[in-house]
Amino acid sequence: MTSLSTPRKGSGLGSVSTGRKVKDRTVQGLVYLAFLLALVPLLSVLWTVVVNGAKRLDPTFFQFSMNAVAGKDPGGGAYHAIIGTLQQVAITSAIAVPIAVLTAIYLVEYAGNGRLGKVISFFVDVMTGIPSIVAGLFVLALWLLTVGFGFSGFAGALALAILMIPTVVRATEEMLKLVPNDLREASYALGVPRWRTICFVILPTAMTGIVTGVMLAVARVMGETAPLLLTIFFTKAINTNPFEGPQASLPTFIWEQASDPNQTSIDRAWTGALVLIGIIMLLNLLARLVARRSAPVRR
Amino acid sequence: MTTQTGVESAEAGGARHRAPGRMSTGRLGDRIFAGSATGSGLIVLAIMAAIAVFLVWKAIPALQANEANFITSEEWNPNATPAEFGIAQLAFGTVMSSLLAMLLATPVAIGIALFIAFYSPRRLASGLGYIVDLLAAVPSIVYGLWGAVFLSKHMEGVSGFLNSTLGWIPFLGGDSPGKNSIFTAGVVLAIMILPIISSISREVFLQVPQAHVEASLALGATRWEMIRMSVLPYGQSGMIGASMLGLGRAMGETIAVAMVLTYVPGINIHLLEDGGATFASNIANSFAEASENGRGALIASGLVLFVITLLVNMAARAVVARRKEFV
Repeated sequence: MTSLSTPRKGSGLGSVSTGRKVKDRTVQGLVYLAFLLALVPLLSVLWTVVVNGAKRLDPTFFQFSMNAVAGKDPGGGAYHAIIGTLQQVAITSAIAVPIAVLTAIYLVEYAGNGRLGKVISFFVDVMTGIPSIVAGLFVLALWLLTVGFGFSGFAGALALAILMIPTVVRATEEMLKLVPNDLREASYALGVPRWRTICFVILPTAMTGIVTGVMLAVARVMGETAPLLLTIFFTKAINTNPFEGPQASLPTFIWEQASDPNQTSIDRAWTGALVLIGIIMLLNLLARLVARRSAPVRR
Repeated sequence: MTTQTGVESAEAGGARHRAPGRMSTGRLGDRIFAGSATGSGLIVLAIMAAIAVFLVWKAIPALQANEANFITSEEWNPNATPAEFGIAQLAFGTVMSSLLAMLLATPVAIGIALFIAFYSPRRLASGLGYIVDLLAAVPSIVYGLWGAVFLSKHMEGVSGFLNSTLGWIPFLGGDSPGKNSIFTAGVVLAIMILPIISSISREVFLQVPQAHVEASLALGATRWEMIRMSVLPYGQSGMIGASMLGLGRAMGETIAVAMVLTYVPGINIHLLEDGGATFASNIANSFAEASENGRGALIASGLVLFVITLLVNMAARAVVARRKEFV
């Protein structure tokens, strides 16, 4: 308790009655409890993943695929899944980041108070709420069933891009809004065209913030499973071509291994979860470091 | 706070330094750049429209082949001939598990938001917020694995206890409380939507005018009285909107639910008993074996999910936005 909420003794105002004090303390206790309650699942998840995942955290896991490895066999690894995840996420970023950054530029620099800007802004919000499985179904309906392509890593990347765009738009928008207006005006006053102002003055100023946002978005889509089930399907073999044939990914690898009743498979699933969480936490941490190293306004 | 001022200055500035509508100076580079920025914005709109159009288009053949009532039937046999499928069970499971998650998560999340905004030491506040955000960084497949292998074991006792003490409530009744129930799924979902509810509530709490807070403290209010009289009324709509956003999130959550639930056909109002399915978990579980008609049926159920989450999210955004207009 700070001195703010409890009047000092002898101040002449009288002290807080016991009933009110008890109530105040009870609520304080409940609020602390709520926070501790949130820590329980977080620590429990991390603990179980680390303990169970450590069993199979060996070189084999990173060097071999599941090709010709049955559920009950020891050995086997997630090499194919790690390759798949990296390729899919790279393609996703290549699709989503330009669209998202340009959309944010439109919203901040061009839209003004126009109606189109408001509509786009609203639908970006709506897009954040799209269930990931619906994004998968959409790509299934469009790319696979209508256009006629087969399951591929690229189809998965399309679905992930739909989930990634709104997060990157929002993050970029926040950062662009933080760029001081003086910079824009100074640039215009020097006769610099608008697009050069945006590309060489505004974007560099906001760059660290945008990079942070992109990294957090990558970390988020990397763990998405549902859309991938419908778009990349399953394979136990290494497929280095993301444009042809089913591909594996870490999340679908975990899903596949966890649905097998053999303990050796469950162990592989845990190790897959450990690797996935490791990569995601690393990205999160890096994003925080980038964000801390230089605030957007100073540069 | 900084973002808010940033928003205002940028918006005011945007209007000042260029009249809306005049997007380019006529230079080629400007025209190309303005065009591609606008184009990207339009792509976002096109994606949203395309999602609706293609889901409807691909769902229609399956719906036409359907022999059962799509809304009221509890069966899900789209691969059979004649195909019979309906969403009653899926809708029940989705609504029940996500409502349960919202009821469990909202009080805790608001407690966390209050803790970070008013109780924790100022210097630790952002660090503690980061810890709660880490809950959101854990992928849903990991929650699913944890829920199915670890949590469900421990939920058996909890379910049994609830069943024996509160069994007179219809939802908690039944003869055989299990571990792979809608209740367990609700608990996992509650954990997953904690961070979004708490971070939005926290944002709203931070917008409470400092003058209100200081005024009530100056009048001799205890910290709880200050929160009850100046923070909670101010943040009410924000909290409601936040919990609705959490509800929307929970409804669309797929993998964690699919891994926790065991599929048992038919609606079972005893939430503690094994079984149940949601829109999303059903899609994930039955996609691999689905025939062409089966895929159409899954797309149809996904369309329903899309519409429901869209409505919930739009309502939530509207509630949260209403606050901003009053400020």
